[in-house]
Amino acid sequence: MRTFARIVTAAAAASLLATSAWAEGSVTIKGSDTMVILGQKWAEVYMQKNPGAKVQVTGGGSGTGIAALINGTTDIAESSRAMKSAEVTSAESKQGSKVKETPVALDALSIYVNASNPLTEISLPQARKIYTGVITNWKELGGPDAPITLYSRENNSGTYVFFKEHVLQNDDFDPSAQTLPGTASVVNAVSKDANGIGYGGIAYAEGIKPLLIKKDDNAPAVEGTLENAQSGKYGLARELYFYMFPGKNAAADAFAAWVVSPDGQALVEQVGYYPLKR
Amino acid sequence: MKKSSRSNPIGVVFVALCGIATATIVAMLAVILGQIVWFGAPGVSLEFLSAAPSEGMRGGGIGPAIFGTFALVVLMTIAVVPMGVLTAIYLVEYSKPGSRFAKAVNIAVSNLAGVPSIVFGLFGLGFFVQFLGGTIDSTLFDGKLVFGQPAIIWAALTLALLTLPVVIVTTQEALRAVPANAREASLALGATRWQTVYKVVLPQCTAGVLTGGILAVSRGAGEVAPIMFTGAAYFLPSLPTKLNDQFMELGYHIYVMSTQSPNVEQTKPILFATVFVLLALTFILNAAAIGIRSRFRQSLRPSDA
Amino acid sequence: MDSEAAGVLPRVEPTAAIQRAAGRNRRFTQTVEKVIEAWVKLTAMSAILTIFLIFVFVGREALPLLWEDPQPGLEHEVVNWSTLAGPTHYPDRPSRFMWQPVSNVPKYNLPPLIVGTLKTTIIAILFAAPLAILAAIMSSEFAPRWLREIVKPTIELLAGIPSVVLGFFALMVLASWLQDLLGLRLRLNALNAGIALGLAVIPIIFTVAEDALTTVPKSYREASFALGANRWETAIKIVVPAALPGIFAGVVLGFGRAVGETMIVLMASGNAATTTWSFTDSVRTLSATVAAELGEVVFGSPHYRVLFLIGVLLFVFTFAVNLCGEMYVQRLNGRLEGSRS
Repeated sequence: MRTFARIVTAAAAASLLATSAWAEGSVTIKGSDTMVILGQKWAEVYMQKNPGAKVQVTGGGSGTGIAALINGTTDIAESSRAMKSAEVTSAESKQGSKVKETPVALDALSIYVNASNPLTEISLPQARKIYTGVITNWKELGGPDAPITLYSRENNSGTYVFFKEHVLQNDDFDPSAQTLPGTASVVNAVSKDANGIGYGGIAYAEGIKPLLIKKDDNAPAVEGTLENAQSGKYGLARELYFYMFPGKNAAADAFAAWVVSPDGQALVEQVGYYPLKR
Repeated sequence: MKKSSRSNPIGVVFVALCGIATATIVAMLAVILGQIVWFGAPGVSLEFLSAAPSEGMRGGGIGPAIFGTFALVVLMTIAVVPMGVLTAIYLVEYSKPGSRFAKAVNIAVSNLAGVPSIVFGLFGLGFFVQFLGGTIDSTLFDGKLVFGQPAIIWAALTLALLTLPVVIVTTQEALRAVPANAREASLALGATRWQTVYKVVLPQCTAGVLTGGILAVSRGAGEVAPIMFTGAAYFLPSLPTKLNDQFMELGYHIYVMSTQSPNVEQTKPILFATVFVLLALTFILNAAAIGIRSRFRQSLRPSDA
Repeated sequence: MDSEAAGVLPRVEPTAAIQRAAGRNRRFTQTVEKVIEAWVKLTAMSAILTIFLIFVFVGREALPLLWEDPQPGLEHEVVNWSTLAGPTHYPDRPSRFMWQPVSNVPKYNLPPLIVGTLKTTIIAILFAAPLAILAAIMSSEFAPRWLREIVKPTIELLAGIPSVVLGFFALMVLASWLQDLLGLRLRLNALNAGIALGLAVIPIIFTVAEDALTTVPKSYREASFALGANRWETAIKIVVPAALPGIFAGVVLGFGRAVGETMIVLMASGNAATTTWSFTDSVRTLSATVAAELGEVVFGSPHYRVLFLIGVLLFVFTFAVNLCGEMYVQRLNGRLEGSRS
């Protein structure tokens, strides 16, 4: 019995040790949870079309992807926000190479409420007041007399940073805003909470009601459609990015080039985002 | 003893409270297990257990996660069992009573058991991934990024340290259960201490060591915080085959899927089924360990020669 | 035995060569023996070494906060005692405690996280300790054999449930139940996380308390019965007081476990860094903060160092708590042993 156990353990260990060489030609992508299903779709189709290619996609938030890029633990960082200049400096000094930013898709960030909420549109200044805790009750917006429950993303999310910069104008979120770890969890929470409000990538907008966005209190209310996102009429349109060090991994360069080609862009709408304007 | 003839209401109330507390605990466990079995068992099939996830986790199965968990605990066991058994052997066979070193080891073991799992995660990241991994990379691989990143070996080693106390305590128990006269007889026949341990004491402890290993595996398969940053990942196109690969894992999969899947309602059956599989796995392991331990205790009794 | 053999086998005088070989063999075995003993002792050091290394490696990533210059590009991030412990001051509104590490001006106030950890832990202990202690008393003093056969496996099963499963249960099932039952506004809150945490802590308190109760010498109970007391009087007035230090140690160990627990609070508490005392508000605990944010930090950045600092705090705190618990248990054993003579 003992010899048998020893043989099994030795065999298992040997098999794991046998292939210790580092695989060239594989691509590691980390980052945005908003983009992770898009990245996975691209990876799936690319690997079908190029047998032998290995693309691995993990989420964790745009911040995670960017940190991994700076730390050198990923080839491509998916990000739903632009890299800050401080981060670019960090990356370039740590890895000794220039960072390349490639927009790969468009997203119309949506602010949404529970389906039972009478509200249909919101202005960005109002959204700012809600999320900084100045407006705390739905009746201040013409709704029922009920406190507003804020749902937000974890701070590793590019969506969080984008929202903070563009909607809150760099102000701080109210501490009572619940921070949930994924885009879908915010949708899930708002769909179950009649007084909830949340924000997130439009591909995940199921079971809740996205609001029409007014860039300011007097602007027209705009829906987050493909044309409005591409034309810039929609106040919360944003680009989704790939960040990488060109030349470090040829397989990664090839993948990124394919993603912005018509073949890659054709998949974007299937996943629920918008392709780049051609 | 006779009960007092007047049944004191305080007594009745107190015993009733104790009974209610006990019943509550049993009921809560039943409810939790019931929910998981009720919603999860229907989703479990052979295909579910072997197929890979598809359609962004909305379909398919959890085969890679099961494989990853398995590979992880195998590596962990290879690391923790020798360390734990040797430490227990030292504490029971070699240390002199009153030895300060032995006392320090005991304190260290009991404190290790209380370290929060997220601190193990931090340690795994700071020590294994960055320090050891980075050093290996700069000395053996010319600075190329091979081991200085999350990898199954680092996650396994982190878990090995986390489950070390379990193995040590269980092995200690098993070693102590071996009657002293077995050792004395061996030493009297001229065997050295190590020969005694290796050929006389240890063979009688295989069940105990096995129990310790199984309990360690059961604990390790359920911990998520230590592996979150040392190697686990959510969607990988291939199974881990090298020591520096990342891996999918059941517990981590449950965490990510329940908080980040694109459509929680749609993935609910899969989610419950995954939880069911993890729970079934831990329970089977625990039951096996308990069974081995009780049979081992029974078999020791007649041996007082 | 010997006499028979002596009559059969001729006695062989060892030659000088054989004697030398036997001497070498003995010395060889003894050297091997010493090497093995040293090797075993070295391995036994692994536990001590691990604790030491954890302290060193978690600490060394946090300590540079005290003296390090910020990395290029991050000069505006200043971290010192007042920014860690004190409220954030705004020019246009009242000061308050803020944890917003990802921001143009990051805020690393720790009090909301500490309050969050305390809230969930207190709820967990208030929920778990009475249940576990009363059940332990039931199991050791009143329960018939068949009940004990049910309770023990129940507690072991409960102990075997991975914390991610309890967190999942709290997130998907318990939160909705509590919200429906109590009409709560927020689905994920301290109460939800605290109760799930309590479930995780019950086995620890139960095991140590039951151990303490059964270790009370039979003579105590017998003396009490001899004096005419019945079962519950004996339990309340004699056994429980005698086992109190052990029961207390169990609660202390449970407290330590609750403070360090990560997955349950990460999934079930809402993760909002509030500083209120309401139990139905969402909270953010120390451990959940590390788990949620560690993935996205740049190695060596102030955010990274603050997270490791939180790790140091958790480690030191649980180390101290466990040491106290252990000392109590040892004193308890000593006291009871002494009283037997």
